[in-house]
Amino acid sequence: MSEVPVQPVVDDSGPTPEAKAAAHSRRSFLFKLSLLLNGAVGAVLAVPLVGYLLGPTTKKSSAVGSWIGLGPASQFPVGETRLVDFQSPVTSLGDGQTAKVACWVRRISAEQFQVFAINCAHLGCPVRWFSESKLFMCPCHGGAYYEDGSRASGPPERGLFEYKYKLAGDSLVIHAGEMPTLATQASCNEKPLIQIEPASTATSTRPTPWQV
Amino acid sequence: MAGLKQRAIGAGLAAYNWVESRLGLIKPMTAAATHPTPASNASWWYVFGSAATVLLMLQVMTGILLALVYSPSANEAWSSLNFLNHNVALGWYLRALHGWGSDFMIAIVLIHMVQVFLFGSFKFPRELTWIIGVLLLLLTLGMAFTGQVMRFDQDAYWGLGIGASLASRVPFIGASLVHLMLGGPTIGGATLSRFFTLHVFVIPGLLLAGVGVHIWMTLFHGVSEWPMPGRLVRKATYEREYQELTAKTGIPFVPDAAWKDAVFAAAIIFAVMACAFFFGPIGPGGPPDPTIIQTAPKPDFAFLWIYAVLAYLPPSIETPVILVVPVLAIAGMLLLPVLNGEGERHWARRPVAVLMVSVIAVSLGIFTRLGAYTPWSPIMGAWTSEPVPPKYLHGRTPLERQGAVVLQNKQCRNCHILDGAGGQRGPALDDVASRLTEDQIIRQILQGGGNMPAYGKALNPSETKALTQFLETLRGPNVSPAVDASRDMTEPKTGPTGH
Repeated sequence: MSEVPVQPVVDDSGPTPEAKAAAHSRRSFLFKLSLLLNGAVGAVLAVPLVGYLLGPTTKKSSAVGSWIGLGPASQFPVGETRLVDFQSPVTSLGDGQTAKVACWVRRISAEQFQVFAINCAHLGCPVRWFSESKLFMCPCHGGAYYEDGSRASGPPERGLFEYKYKLAGDSLVIHAGEMPTLATQASCNEKPLIQIEPASTATSTRPTPWQV
Repeated sequence: MAGLKQRAIGAGLAAYNWVESRLGLIKPMTAAATHPTPASNASWWYVFGSAATVLLMLQVMTGILLALVYSPSANEAWSSLNFLNHNVALGWYLRALHGWGSDFMIAIVLIHMVQVFLFGSFKFPRELTWIIGVLLLLLTLGMAFTGQVMRFDQDAYWGLGIGASLASRVPFIGASLVHLMLGGPTIGGATLSRFFTLHVFVIPGLLLAGVGVHIWMTLFHGVSEWPMPGRLVRKATYEREYQELTAKTGIPFVPDAAWKDAVFAAAIIFAVMACAFFFGPIGPGGPPDPTIIQTAPKPDFAFLWIYAVLAYLPPSIETPVILVVPVLAIAGMLLLPVLNGEGERHWARRPVAVLMVSVIAVSLGIFTRLGAYTPWSPIMGAWTSEPVPPKYLHGRTPLERQGAVVLQNKQCRNCHILDGAGGQRGPALDDVASRLTEDQIIRQILQGGGNMPAYGKALNPSETKALTQFLETLRGPNVSPAVDASRDMTEPKTGPTGH
């Protein structure tokens, strides 16, 4: 280090140090101004970029989805729980097979249904219905639910998610669209979902016939 | 001849000088490669970082080649992988290299991290090198998770569902996070597109830049010297001591130390090639059709331990643990060199460090093992595939045999083992009568408790009676049935119970 001679740059012909400093301060001011300018342009540019990125989050959960038919109510025998597939009403370009959705339809009585999301309330895996033991069981972490969707055992902290349903003439219609999680419930507008009371236990203590 | 040789060498030199006088990179890079490093660093323990870098290069190469065919669209991704496996020449092998390369890369990165931790190499002045390294580990795991999504099969689909369900547990912004992650209200085309963007553009970009910084800092500070017990790191003296050690014992990194790196890297790449050749590509599994529910989703090997932990967390503390523990763990790793930047480096003088590595490694191993065979999950088909062992039916009354039928029909076997077959969610029933009295069995069946659902609504009284009678016969040979000790106190003495 020390062997490099440090020579003070003396140039008599150039502008005086005062003039240099003045010019310097003008240029450094302009540089700072240009930084400010770029900051402003960047901030304006960030609005559409961030807005585009966060686009999917701006939709209100309650606004997602619509009513969709599951077919005639007559295909659901009273006292049974059946798996139904439907096409998601909120599909978009190139969803392919993932646009399909499955749900469990339980018919309690002629007028009373329960439509459960297939997703376990724990971490979203698909639950399976076992008619003999009257349980929904989850293959991932062993969550189990009773026939009315209430929690039976395992890691779920609540019962199965339910879709809102109505009977339009003879057909069963549910409100669907959102993947049900603890924050984005299966049904629209209602949080938390109200568990429908199970039907009279007289019908449900008898073992149901073998299910296909 | 000699004249020709001289002229060729002269022309080569001239070409080199022409390039280097314009490029200006060859000389400094050569100087960096041949920098002196303490002789003790020419060790087989110091080869993991370079091997991880070479694996990253393999992943970049094979990834680019796979992208020539892969279609990142939800309705074509799965088919394009099958097309790669079966219709594209050597497509299966490229997929296998990429898949096995990712497993090897995670393993080598973890080994590299453990080595650096146990050798105390994260201490002054290499704190930031460690911190960048932690970020590189997280990015590597991010590549593994997004890569699993690229496979876009059943496991990928439900894995995304698990990810969304985890994100939904964040307070206040849970729903927004789910939508941000999925790119919409459901798993679909937008979800695969954004994970493709992460897997192919965002994370690799960060990873390559991070590796560049990581290697630059390794050159800047020099590779940490082999630790010696009692040789303490002090901020005031360390750099001077390191320079003295390098001056005294230094050898050029290339070639004197680097040949071990090169040999190990070649061995690792060969191992990846061999695994890819003999074990083949990983997946894809079933198609990503959410209406096919006959599936037991499972994450890739690196995440099995998380899958297992999520099965064991009690519901009441699950969300807080999911949200808080990862933050603390990552913060702890990032802050380690800041809080512990001086002092002993040698593992023999750092028992807590050795203990931590042991406990973490054993825990990860146990949870990964559990995740591999999921004892907490019901075996969905056990009630039809695993009959009651005949030895449990010999000499039983008709009512007891009827109970065995009830046991099968009510799917008890999905969660309970008889003679080694069945689910492991609940306890084995081979000796249930020696653990529970008849009253306790009835209560447990009808009301449930512990991990067991209540079967009061799924059994009628005659079924309950038969089932209980059968379970009462299940106890080991020469083992007396369980007795209610309090009953002895209240009932008149009628002699000893049992036999």
